Amino acid sequence: MMLNGFLVVGALLFALGATGVLIRRNAIVMLMCIELMLQGANVTLAAFSRYLDDQAGFVLVVFSLTVAAAEVAIGLAILVALSRVYPVVNVDQLDSLSG
Amino acid sequence: MLDAPWIIPLLPLLAFAANGLAGRRNPPWTGWVSTLAILGSFVATVVLWIQSTGSDKDSSVLYTWVASGGFDIEIAFLTDALTVVMLLVVTGVSTLVSMYAVGYMDHDANKPRFFTWIPLFVFSMIMLVISDNLLQLFIFWEMVGLCSYLLIGYWYERDSANAAATKAFLVNRIGDFGFAIGIILAFHEFGTLRYREIFDGLGAADPRMVTAIACLLFIGAMGKSAQFPLHVWLPDAMEGPTPVSALIHAATMVTAGVYLVARLNPVYSAAPEALLLVAAVGTFTAFLAATIALTQTDIKRVLAYSTVSQLGLMFLAAGAGAYTVAIFHLATHAFFKALLFLGSGSVIHAMNDEQDMRQMGGLRSKLPVTYATFILGGLALAAIFPLAGFWSKDEILALTHLKATSDPGSSLSTDHGAGIFWVFYFTGLAVSVMTAFYTFRMIVKTFHGKPRNAELHAHAHESPRVMTLPLIVLAAGAVLAGAVLGIPPEHGIIHGYLKYAAGIVHLEGAGPPATLVLALISTVAAGGGLLLALGAYSRGMGIPALARRLLPGAETLFRQKWYMDHIGDGFGVAFTKATAMISWGFDAGVIDGIVNGVGHLSRFTAGQVRRLQTGQAQNYALLMVVGLVLTVGSLVLFR
Repeated sequence: MMLNGFLVVGALLFALGATGVLIRRNAIVMLMCIELMLQGANVTLAAFSRYLDDQAGFVLVVFSLTVAAAEVAIGLAILVALSRVYPVVNVDQLDSLSG
Repeated sequence: MLDAPWIIPLLPLLAFAANGLAGRRNPPWTGWVSTLAILGSFVATVVLWIQSTGSDKDSSVLYTWVASGGFDIEIAFLTDALTVVMLLVVTGVSTLVSMYAVGYMDHDANKPRFFTWIPLFVFSMIMLVISDNLLQLFIFWEMVGLCSYLLIGYWYERDSANAAATKAFLVNRIGDFGFAIGIILAFHEFGTLRYREIFDGLGAADPRMVTAIACLLFIGAMGKSAQFPLHVWLPDAMEGPTPVSALIHAATMVTAGVYLVARLNPVYSAAPEALLLVAAVGTFTAFLAATIALTQTDIKRVLAYSTVSQLGLMFLAAGAGAYTVAIFHLATHAFFKALLFLGSGSVIHAMNDEQDMRQMGGLRSKLPVTYATFILGGLALAAIFPLAGFWSKDEILALTHLKATSDPGSSLSTDHGAGIFWVFYFTGLAVSVMTAFYTFRMIVKTFHGKPRNAELHAHAHESPRVMTLPLIVLAAGAVLAGAVLGIPPEHGIIHGYLKYAAGIVHLEGAGPPATLVLALISTVAAGGGLLLALGAYSRGMGIPALARRLLPGAETLFRQKWYMDHIGDGFGVAFTKATAMISWGFDAGVIDGIVNGVGHLSRFTAGQVRRLQTGQAQNYALLMVVGLVLTVGSLVLFR
């Protein structure tokens, strides 16, 4: 069955992204990894949509892409603003919320 | 009955509002607003009196204040004979005192404040006596206490006035505490606070409970009416302006306790032990206060202790079951004691606010109207035939004697034998002697002899007519009230009228011959006291010196007021301080310990937990992933 292959690819993309978010220190790379996680989810959505012959899944993918674009825009804006205040490269140095 | 009894309290209330709101700029009319409003109440009361049958069926509900299941409290007007008599006394004397105060307070910069509290007091007092249930009575009982506090402390820039006001308030709290518990117990026992329903429920009530209720309510009466040991506030209350002393602390408010006992007379009659307590406390207070009055040098304090003493006699009458006579004496006393206070105010006014009798003397020619009326008031207080005090006080003694001689087993006799009433009777006689003595000691020292302070004497002048007119009216009352209301003895107008009031049983006297002998005895006693005082202070006979030799130490004891203030300070204040220290220790140790302990616990816990907050976004993300894996994993595994 074709579905399993798509699901495996989607899961791999998601896991790859999650791992990247957790282990990479560079903020821009982390943002890109979040995108990766979203795309993993999108692949799964598209696969199920096709498998179940239900166009709602594709509609949701389009929504998801829009939200992802907006999220990247905000995320990059935050990073630009952040770099002006804290001229650091790595996110583990941004710990001013430490208890 | 008057169709609209609410007009009686409404007028003073309006005067209170007008003077309180509009008086800031000290307009000249505040005193007259107060006087005219109270005069209007008096006129309305007279109309009520003429139309009233005096029956306790004359009750009208103004509105229901609380309606909650079986507990409903109404603001209601009960206009039976007892209320009408009290209303006549209250509004009548208040009118005259308010008019007098227009002259007396003329130079005072804050007099709108004075004429705000006076109508408020009159309003509260009217609502107190007109109430048909205990709760309304209690509310206005507190209101008159508040007005008393405000007016004692009227000259608030004086430390002594503030201290006296606080003392009056605190001592009354003790009495009101007993009063409040008594009301709660009454509700518990009878399920209602309306007088008539309480009286109806007496038959089925537990007698011990009735006794407890009667005693507790009497504690309230003791506070308000300054009975031993709660009498200590009244002499200090003389710090207030003299019209206040005349109105609140002689004629009206302090008699509220006597009114309470008379109003609840069926309750007291059902509790003979409580009644005996009333008589005993009254007698002892009458004696104690009379002895203190013998030695005081401040003219107002003599009158204050005299008031305490006369209130004691009223309680003796009530305790003997002669409620009618207690109210009769209350009414006559209101006339002559208000007169004496206002007269003393006239003297003080003339002497440039000097109250010490040792600075006075020889004022007879300077203050002819004051002197003449003061003499009449003094004779009435000393109970000299045929002035007002004679009729009422003689009846008190006669009925005490009657109780003492009544056969055991008759309806009059108490369970405790008649012996104790012999003690009461002879104490009453001794009080009569002392009353006449201190009254004429005061008169002689103030008005006769040579001026002791020539400078003050030279400036003394008779008071303006607005002050002397009330004196003359009150003097007429002091001369005539007893005879008009009380002849023939025990069957006068007031006795006949009060018979209609709720529950009052009229005590029949022993009959003319015995009554005549008793009247003769008390007249001899009063006259003897009067002559002794004249001899001692006018003729210079060595009676005080002789008394000092016969009873060494007595004078110091009396002058120190039987050390009641010392005992009060020593016991009351020390006890309070000790309690306060213990409470403070408990508060600082236990209460604060618990509060601070909670705080410390929170800080410690937070200090441990805060380590989770690393501030590293990736740590949080890791935890989210772990949570996600656990959630999804458990869904998959335990589906």
